[in-house]
Amino acid sequence: MEKVTEQKWQLPKDWFKAKKLPWEFFLILITVLVFTLCSFASPYFLDVWNLSDATFNFVEKAIVALPLAMLIICRDIDLSIASIIALASVAMGFAAQYGLGLELIVIVGISVGVLCGLFNGWVVTHFGIPAIVVTIGTMSLFRGISYILLGDQVLKDYPDGFEYFGQGYLYWVFSFEFGLFLLAAVFFYVLLHKTNFGRRCYAIGNNPTAAFYSGINVKRHRMMLFVIVGALAGVAAVLLTSRLGSTRPTIALGWELSIITMVVLGGVNIMGGGGTIPGVFIAVFLMGIVTFGLGLLNVPGIVMSIIIGGMLISVIATPVLIKKFSRRGT
Amino acid sequence: MKKLFTSREALLCMLILAMLLSVGSVAKDFLSLSNLLSAYNDTSILIILALGQMLVIITRCIDLSVAANLALTGMIVAMINSSFPDFPVSLLVLFGMLLGLSMGMINGLLVWKLQIPAIVVTLGTMSIYRGIIFLLSEGAWVNAHEMSQTFMHIPRSLHLGVALLSWLSIIVVVIFYYFCRSSRTGREIYAAGNSPTAAFYTGIDVGRSQFIAFSISGLLAGLCGYLWVSRYAVAYVDVAAGFELQVISACVIGGISIMGGRGTVVGCVLGALFIGVINNALPVIGVSPFWQMAISGSVIVLAVIASSKAEKKSGRIILKSAAIVPSR
Repeated sequence: MEKVTEQKWQLPKDWFKAKKLPWEFFLILITVLVFTLCSFASPYFLDVWNLSDATFNFVEKAIVALPLAMLIICRDIDLSIASIIALASVAMGFAAQYGLGLELIVIVGISVGVLCGLFNGWVVTHFGIPAIVVTIGTMSLFRGISYILLGDQVLKDYPDGFEYFGQGYLYWVFSFEFGLFLLAAVFFYVLLHKTNFGRRCYAIGNNPTAAFYSGINVKRHRMMLFVIVGALAGVAAVLLTSRLGSTRPTIALGWELSIITMVVLGGVNIMGGGGTIPGVFIAVFLMGIVTFGLGLLNVPGIVMSIIIGGMLISVIATPVLIKKFSRRGT
Repeated sequence: MKKLFTSREALLCMLILAMLLSVGSVAKDFLSLSNLLSAYNDTSILIILALGQMLVIITRCIDLSVAANLALTGMIVAMINSSFPDFPVSLLVLFGMLLGLSMGMINGLLVWKLQIPAIVVTLGTMSIYRGIIFLLSEGAWVNAHEMSQTFMHIPRSLHLGVALLSWLSIIVVVIFYYFCRSSRTGREIYAAGNSPTAAFYTGIDVGRSQFIAFSISGLLAGLCGYLWVSRYAVAYVDVAAGFELQVISACVIGGISIMGGRGTVVGCVLGALFIGVINNALPVIGVSPFWQMAISGSVIVLAVIASSKAEKKSGRIILKSAAIVPSR
């Protein structure tokens, strides 16, 4: 598909194209670099169990990052993901309190996510309001409902066996969470890159008007993406709640920003129309390794946020700077 | 005449009055002058920040870093004050404003010169600024007893019975009213947001307008950094965490279009007052503060739905965000 070159906010991907180097190549390069640095910096880094433990810290976010990437490619955004996780978790907590079974609790969690996604999608598409405003509103709304329902209480009466989703291992060091994430990554790779549904995402993201006139049901498509994001936020809620074993209204507070950082770092154009699942997949690992490596070196979490923030800006600024520089040279 | 009553500002005004009266009928003291003044005082910082944010949103950008900027300036100002109590506070406020300005300029430069989407830039600088606070303070708090008396007293000092903090916000509102309506730069900001392509052909540098908007937002965040820390008499890493969303909510409720180019100072102030009234009224009528978040969330959703209908009538273009500006 031809890129619209005169668009102002397009990342200068053309530069990479000219040199035949995709964004993912740079991401892999940085990831390998960071990985090597970390393994030299700390003797505890190259331990399969440590690395396996490290994955717990980012796979829940990563599972939401995958569908969110598709949503952002479609020029939409969902800032309410973390609040959906909180609401779904609260719903599961109450379901467990009423003595529902394991399967039902999971179904409750995911369906709350789907309902929240439906609401977001309905308001965005039916009224034609930018997704960013709607989801700023629903972000407060969903978390607000969790606060109303739960106040300062904690729900922790989960049945036996519930902890498997967040703490269990499939085989050796491979946790259930990690397996589910790999499965989700493959699913979304196929969905975005191998199906009509995925091609429509790019079409809508590049030019919604043209996509509409070429016969794509733009509204329904965006609606479906919101629902998928909601559903996966529900899945993340199941994993997180099961891992923590308790629910508070503050669960997953501030996650929306780190999930969006993962997506943007993965080379998804925040203005829509560009980005790949492999890119997001690598970016997720990059962020995971950076966080884990710095944690081993006793760097406090908030200092890591400086590094991740700096990484976000510099990773996007570098190609622009190189482009400016190289243009000046010729 | 009909327009006067159906405008966003009039509706908001009536809504705020209705809320005030209904709360006042339950708790009589709520409508006393002193209580209303203190409620306004509570909202002053939100009003100042929302006005800065308004300019940024009008240029089709968004500034997520205001709260982090506020917290960083506040921390630096408080640390200087606790180490050098004799350093004149007026210079300190000026320094804080310059600090905020420079942080806003960093955002603006990245958006202007590198053309990185504002949401990405400010998402990044938000965590960077917040992290720097920790590096500087090493997680320690600056408490009231470490601050000098003048440092804490200035925003509280009464002039004509009204606290200086409230006066400051009124001054900022008046300046903004003239800036947005009558100054050349202000009009350029509206033009740049309303139609970047048209603005470009009229000779307006869209990027420069965005830079100016970010700088002003940063300057005001710096000012509020001092005001916040001295008003609440404490500075720590998580000061005003998440406040940026309240600021954006105030703008959205006040009818500032996130698509840029639309929005008035009066609307913005009313949006901030609306949030302020809710925050102050809920405890008075005995509603648990846990309801506050859901209420403001649903108000935002309802407000955008209402304004989407209003915008549709005036012939909305499908997806305005497709800003096409000729490449230089």
